[in-house]
Amino acid sequence: MKIDKIQNGKELTLAIEGRLDTETSPELDKIVTESIGGIETLILDFANLEYISSAGLRVLLKSHKAMIDKGQMKITNVSDIVLSIFDVTGFTDILTIE
Amino acid sequence: MDKQTGKSYEILLEAKVENVGKVQDFIKSHLTGTECSPKALMQIDLAAEEIFVNIANYAYTPDDGDANVRVEVLDEPVTVIITFIDHGKPYDPLKRDDPDTSLPAEERDIGGLGIFLTKTIVDEVIYEYVNNSNILTLKKKL
Repeated sequence: MKIDKIQNGKELTLAIEGRLDTETSPELDKIVTESIGGIETLILDFANLEYISSAGLRVLLKSHKAMIDKGQMKITNVSDIVLSIFDVTGFTDILTIE
Repeated sequence: MDKQTGKSYEILLEAKVENVGKVQDFIKSHLTGTECSPKALMQIDLAAEEIFVNIANYAYTPDDGDANVRVEVLDEPVTVIITFIDHGKPYDPLKRDDPDTSLPAEERDIGGLGIFLTKTIVDEVIYEYVNNSNILTLKKKL
């Protein structure tokens, strides 16, 4: 997994490439936790995300909750394969997907 | 591969989270030649991760142990059967309640999501406890 950070004022975009699984999800968790101070909009760009497991979903839920009081978290460019995982777990209703 | 007799292949590894990739690669190596869509391949990867990580995290704690993973591909309809065997504490993941996927984010509890995902993306999940072994079998039509 590779994560690119792009900050624009109070908006932070994390572009995630590869797999969000048991092994890599703690890394995203760490980057989100360390980076959201002063951030009002967190954008996760999933254009190059190939795979997500429950470990990844757990980090998304945690990040989403962390952003509720600060502003919002949005997920962009979700592939059909990843969207199918959001659908069966009800995450499509929880997350802001654009 | 002799599809008629549904030849099976087996790997024995330490039940450790860092071996998930090896399990996934082993399974996929026996699906080459089948008409497996990228989505089905991702679902098989995902089910394998969820089940193996569960075994790695819970079956033997606080000790260590091994797990066997067996792959079989049946013909007509082409079906992959993946069996996970460990000799740890008896645990039937199917007895777990499904998470309530309609709750808002604030109330969502993430526990049980892995086995729930597995149940939704494969066609059949069977649990047995035989000879001091947990045997979990996944069946998925390709």
